[in-house]
Amino acid sequence: MLTPVTDSDGAPFWRYAARGELRVQACGACGEPRFPPRPCCPHCRSFASEWRLMSGQGRIWSWVVPHPPLLPDYAALAPYNVILVELAEAPRIRLVGNLVSAPGAALDSFPPDRIRIGARVRAVFTGDGLVQWVLERP
Amino acid sequence: MPAGTGLKDATAIVGIGQTPFARHLPEDERTLACRAVIAALDDAGIAPGEVDALASYTMEETDEVELAKAVGFGDLTFFSKIGFGGGGSCATVAHLASAIACGQATVGVAWRSRKRGSGPRPWTNTAVQLPTPAQWTRPFGLLRPADEIAMLARRWLHEYGATRDHLFNVALACRNRANQNPAAVMYERPLTREMYMSSRWISEPLCLYDNCLETDGALACVVVSAERARDCRRRPVYVHSAAQGLPAQHHGMVNYWNDDPLTGPAWTAARHLWKHADFTPPDVDVAQIYDAFTPLVPLSLEGYGFCARGEGGAFTEGGALETGGRLPLNTGGGGLSEAYVHGFNLINEGVKQLRGTSTAQVPGAATCLVTAGEGVPTSALLLRN
Ligand SMILES: [Zn+2]
Repeated sequence: MLTPVTDSDGAPFWRYAARGELRVQACGACGEPRFPPRPCCPHCRSFASEWRLMSGQGRIWSWVVPHPPLLPDYAALAPYNVILVELAEAPRIRLVGNLVSAPGAALDSFPPDRIRIGARVRAVFTGDGLVQWVLERP
Repeated sequence: MPAGTGLKDATAIVGIGQTPFARHLPEDERTLACRAVIAALDDAGIAPGEVDALASYTMEETDEVELAKAVGFGDLTFFSKIGFGGGGSCATVAHLASAIACGQATVGVAWRSRKRGSGPRPWTNTAVQLPTPAQWTRPFGLLRPADEIAMLARRWLHEYGATRDHLFNVALACRNRANQNPAAVMYERPLTREMYMSSRWISEPLCLYDNCLETDGALACVVVSAERARDCRRRPVYVHSAAQGLPAQHHGMVNYWNDDPLTGPAWTAARHLWKHADFTPPDVDVAQIYDAFTPLVPLSLEGYGFCARGEGGAFTEGGALETGGRLPLNTGGGGLSEAYVHGFNLINEGVKQLRGTSTAQVPGAATCLVTAGEGVPTSALLLRN
């Protein structure tokens, strides 16, 4: 499977995720959250930033089910879902992820015919550094 | 000349050229590029030694130095490469038109050569899967452009009550025109609703026929001043308006972090394009709209102002995109059914329509919109004869 190749702006996201925290970058001056992380604030041009703790709650904005041809590791799990989650505290920040049946389960563990736009989900952490998502009310 | 109208009809496309299109061509990209460029110059009746400007895509493997040596160009005084893959197609012509209109050059050639039919596919190379922006998408299995656009397509279908039949209307219009075009990869291969609805998924909600062809081939066109164009062999096709578009807070392919991901770069390019035009969307006789994936067409119809936001699906109903319809579309077959050469075939097809030589000619066509890739920083042209 592919693992994130980080840069200096993005690295904190993955460090927090590996500790079980969903944090997004926010401006240290005006407070505006931004994603993906970047050096300065597009609203006020401040270079100060903080990593704000999120509740991990969100809603499914959209989703897809990829089928082969795919990279071999992913083809082995296909068809699987990829969802886009808008965060409860910051709806314009939408994280790409996977809806799984339980923390640590495989990408193909949740039946695609049960996925709905607008469904409430919450982030779970598996220790390998990737955020996963489970249905808030399965 | 009033400020901001400097490009209007100041230049014209006077030559077009192409190689055959196929899943596999034996020649390499550089050879195909040379063939397309020489064909375009022959079509224009202009000697290679007169070429002094070049424009291509950053993803083009045939560089200016190699092309100039091989074909025998004169001294070049302008060369430009446009980024973002299929979003760059119309900008190649736009850059040449700008350079010629302000005197930086006199004869410009734009080209695209590609072996995506028989060459490597980017998403099979794991080493290039994770440049840093992709860290937010690819580890989760959102691997290919089809997956990235399918995410927007699902939301668009949901938000506006559009259906797969609307996407089928797009695929069908392109296939029907390809069936009139002997040069098209899908010539004599009709498409039915049954075939579409029962085809395999690529990335749900997109099926096989929602995706462009993997093609080998090359195309080129020649741009000169309107004054020079009057002396050329062919009827000039004027560059009436041209625009690029990179919206505020845009993120290429996965525009998911924009305030409104469903108003993509087309909206930005369109505002500039129409601002400098003497006509409006209802006056467009024929359109060549970038169709790497079917949903890009309704999204572009909305963005370029042929219908209101959310009405792109309904617009495709009742044969609107077919010959004789409200907006005949991709009359060579487009990327979905003629060839996928990063959209350059749409430019040449627009020229054919305004010359009156298309294999699916719209009678009396005098105006044509050509667009480049939507979902990435894009570009567009209004052509007129
Ligand atoms: Zn700020």
